[in-house]
Amino acid sequence: MTLISLVKTLNLTVRCCKEKLDCNVTGGYIGDLLSDVIANSDKGNVWITRQSHQNIVAVAELKEHAGIILVRGREPEEETLEKAVKAGIPILSTALPGFEVAGRIYELIKR
Amino acid sequence: MVPTLKYKNTFPVEGGNFDNAGVISLQIKNIIRDMGFPDDIQRRAAIAIYESELNIISYARAGNINVRIAPHLICIDAADEGPGIEDIDRAMKDGYSTANDRIREMGFGAGMGLSNIKKCSDKFEIISETNKGTHLKILIDIN
Ligand SMILES: Nc1ncnc2c1ncn2[C@@H]1O[C@H](COP(=O)(O)OP(=O)(O)OP(=O)(O)O)[C@@H](O)[C@H]1O
Ligand SMILES: [Mg+2]
Repeated sequence: MTLISLVKTLNLTVRCCKEKLDCNVTGGYIGDLLSDVIANSDKGNVWITRQSHQNIVAVAELKEHAGIILVRGREPEEETLEKAVKAGIPILSTALPGFEVAGRIYELIKR
Repeated sequence: MVPTLKYKNTFPVEGGNFDNAGVISLQIKNIIRDMGFPDDIQRRAAIAIYESELNIISYARAGNINVRIAPHLICIDAADEGPGIEDIDRAMKDGYSTANDRIREMGFGAGMGLSNIKKCSDKFEIISETNKGTHLKILIDIN
């Protein structure tokens, strides 16, 4: 499953790095605690979170995430977008709650 | 015998400044990757440095992270001037945190950092003196 098809199916808003969406998504991780995400997420995951501040970018870059999905109407802060563009980490957003986003992505990836 | 170092560097860390949190970890991870070390080593070093860096930023006034890389060993020393850790056993417990609201709002303060470091290292030692500072000694074996 590529990130671009995930974006289309869930109708996510692309906030940056449009050109980086054809990567493969290996799975997902949902969490708002950075130490948890650092320890337990994997390379190629999409990270589903409500954290929108600039520190999420370093975590995603370190873990080589495919992208970050901000849920429940969260939008990235200005510094977050600047850092994400530099790091080449796509930031996507949606009004959907994390539970639904995770459930739908799980179904899509399982196939 | 002292092994020949492939790399060594010391990075200053400013307490209270979250703006560039994670940069040291990222830089070292890239260096380790370019040296051809396996994914697992990259991952463990990155996590250990990230958590060390964040603890200095979160709790101390200032600190330094020293990284030395030898062919079979990565050595990370994170030393700070700060409040120190009063009860190290308690600080090591998953879930124990003294992080303030500002830090927690950002998603830090899960109380997982030190135990993450422990899981990622082959040898981990904490030396700390109250009102002076903390020194983490981390070794990662490569084989
Ligand atoms: N360098 C330090 N100086 C002073 N106290 C520290 C230092 N590092 C850790 N501590 C103390 O140990 C506690 C546990 O640290 P740990 O890194 O495990 O969790 P945390 O920083 O609270 O949360 P997390 O790392 O999950 O974001 C901290 O809340 C703090 O009280
Ligand atoms: Mg910590």
